Amino acid sequence: MAGSIVSIINKYAPRDKSNLIAILQDVQKKKGYITPEAVDKISSHLWISRSRIFGVASFYSQFKFTPPGRNSIKICLGTACHVQGGDFLLSALKSEIGISPNETTEDRRFDLERVACLGCCALAPVIMVNDTIFSNMSVVKLMELTDQYE
Amino acid sequence: MNDFLTIREKAIREWKGLQHPRQAVIYIGMGSCGLASGAGKIWQMTSEILYKKKIKAKVINVWCIGPCYLEPLLDIQKPGSPRVSFNNVNEQKLKKIIPSYLLDGKSGIKPLGHLGSNGEAPEGIKSFWEQPMLKGQERIVLRNCGIVDPGNMNHYIGRGGFSGLQNALGLEPGRVIGEVKIAGLRGRGGAGFPTWKKWQLCYDAPGKKKYLICNADEGDPGAFMNRSLMEGDPFSLLEGMIIAAYAIQANESYIYIRAEYPLAIERLKIAIAQLHKHGFLGKNILGSGFSLDIQIKEGAGAFVCGEETALIASIEGERGMPRSRPPYPASSGLNGHPTNINNVETLATITAIMREGGKWFAGFGSEKSKGTKTFALVGKVRRTGLIEVPMGTSLREIIFDIGGGTRKEFKAVQTGGPSGGCLSKDFLDLPVDYESLTGAGSIMGSGGLIVMDADTCMVDVAKYFLRFTSMESCGKCTPCRIGTKRMVEILEKITSGEAVPEDIKTLKDLARTVKEGSLCGLGQTAPNPVLTTLKYFKEEYEKHVVENRCPAAVCRDLVQYRIIKDKCTGCQRCVDVCPTGAITGPRSEPHFLDESKCIKCRACYEICRFDAIAGDAIIIE
Repeated sequence: MAGSIVSIINKYAPRDKSNLIAILQDVQKKKGYITPEAVDKISSHLWISRSRIFGVASFYSQFKFTPPGRNSIKICLGTACHVQGGDFLLSALKSEIGISPNETTEDRRFDLERVACLGCCALAPVIMVNDTIFSNMSVVKLMELTDQYE
Repeated sequence: MNDFLTIREKAIREWKGLQHPRQAVIYIGMGSCGLASGAGKIWQMTSEILYKKKIKAKVINVWCIGPCYLEPLLDIQKPGSPRVSFNNVNEQKLKKIIPSYLLDGKSGIKPLGHLGSNGEAPEGIKSFWEQPMLKGQERIVLRNCGIVDPGNMNHYIGRGGFSGLQNALGLEPGRVIGEVKIAGLRGRGGAGFPTWKKWQLCYDAPGKKKYLICNADEGDPGAFMNRSLMEGDPFSLLEGMIIAAYAIQANESYIYIRAEYPLAIERLKIAIAQLHKHGFLGKNILGSGFSLDIQIKEGAGAFVCGEETALIASIEGERGMPRSRPPYPASSGLNGHPTNINNVETLATITAIMREGGKWFAGFGSEKSKGTKTFALVGKVRRTGLIEVPMGTSLREIIFDIGGGTRKEFKAVQTGGPSGGCLSKDFLDLPVDYESLTGAGSIMGSGGLIVMDADTCMVDVAKYFLRFTSMESCGKCTPCRIGTKRMVEILEKITSGEAVPEDIKTLKDLARTVKEGSLCGLGQTAPNPVLTTLKYFKEEYEKHVVENRCPAAVCRDLVQYRIIKDKCTGCQRCVDVCPTGAITGPRSEPHFLDESKCIKCRACYEICRFDAIAGDAIIIE
């Protein structure tokens, strides 16, 4: 566990704090979230305090501090998706899987995140499950979709 | 330079060879929109069909050509024929298209149009560019998008790429800046500051070390122009960056790009590696003595990082919070050194200016806004997608001629993202340029154009944008942090029917305070959606407050779902989808909706429209 974090961190020059965000991104790519151990290791590598690392990490919406679910749902609430009914999708999702954005279901089947724009505005509203984008979504389509993921 | 001539000769040979192929070439649009519409499957099936039918053909992935509503798009070029385009390709269509068009020449499915002039087009097929959506466009920045393989440098060079850089490197940096001045180019990120002036300030700033940063943190929800450009033609951005760096004499540069754009990041990385290999980047570029490195920095999801000083803080590894200016980045930016920051589209436009000349560029557009601008045309418009039009084109031409108008009655168009405003139908003849849009209370912005019709509630739209900016406010200054939050609260009261008439006045006062008192552009422009909707759609606010009614039937607390007994055939589809069991009734008899159980999720409304026998028995009012 800890070994892989060290190998990520060692790719970056020690004490160069400008690499903090890039290191955090690499850690999250590998572990799925920012683990407390990773913060300790980064702190001693870059010579900056843990509170400062949390300060930077919590500023950016990309970083998570809890383990993700087996399937990640990103609901797009960009302007185009909003005017095409994105809000209805969000409330349907909330009642369907029982969690709010930035939460993970207890059985870790799903985690939910709201994003500002997936860049497929022309096909709005869209949602993304893992790496697949589903376009022209509707409440009814959504209800069928979640059943396909375990 | 001799090396460049050799490379160019080879590239032109490769590109020309592709235009006159000896075997068929199939181009598949694999941009984000294409993929979301199923292009991945089309690609896989194409390979399978070619293999099964023993057809020899080359398959090339291209990126977004613009009209997203036609995706997935597939082009085929047979030897001796021009490239023809098929639209909305699905599995069944594909099974017919490939064998019949390539083998017996008689396609059961008519191509939409042809691209290029090689040989004769099939009978009755017009040019692709004659399509209504493409006709009024002027493609300068997007000239390669959807045409070339973005991963192949030779395609780019074969179509004139890097001749702009060659021209620039032959001039003194001051002359390059002069050429941009002649072109009259203004920042495409939204504010419209003259690009040459920005460069000149950075060039004149004392200091040996200078930086160039490309702002690719396209954060406006509803805008994807930069993403499409970086995915579809990464070299044009990189060439523009090399020219800009040369003009300000910077030897280090960064692309600050959203992590949400993994495909664009990958494309840029591939392109940068190719440029290093062939001497367009690194030490002594094309023998000119000028050196440059380009690094990619991934943003981590913070809208405020589109602001220059916040962006610099983020590259330095800090919380992305803006600081007060001056000093401006041109004199003290990244790590305290003079820094010039340009938007993706600005830099890609530079490439065209240095290739064709500033005078040529200034021939497009209007008096004060020169050239062309890309827009993401989305929302309730028939033909959605990415477009590029000369500055000064009217909103009417964009929305109705290019976009094909709206299905229901047109109500408003939103420009400039969360910093912009909503313009009513009275502004349809407004020419799209920096001054006109600012005069109307909106801004040019980076290029999102969101069209709204009778089904859109303007108060809800204002609430949506304010929610966005209040969530993205970095929290450094009070007017923005607290002011936007209080504005959201008032808008929530209005949309839930709990507001009193004084609330509208408070909202206006708050808007003024936030606009005047905030530290950076995010807060200073955040009230624009509220101010413009209050100005042009005041009656909608009043209906919410006074009559407790949402005319567009959007605001959930102000609407009711009803089953029209005479129309309901009792097909039970709505009973099946209702998550709370609010709808009951036996088959073939009108159903009953229990309002106390209804959570207004819209599932019954949708299924009645698309999948039920009656079609319109459930209404929201």
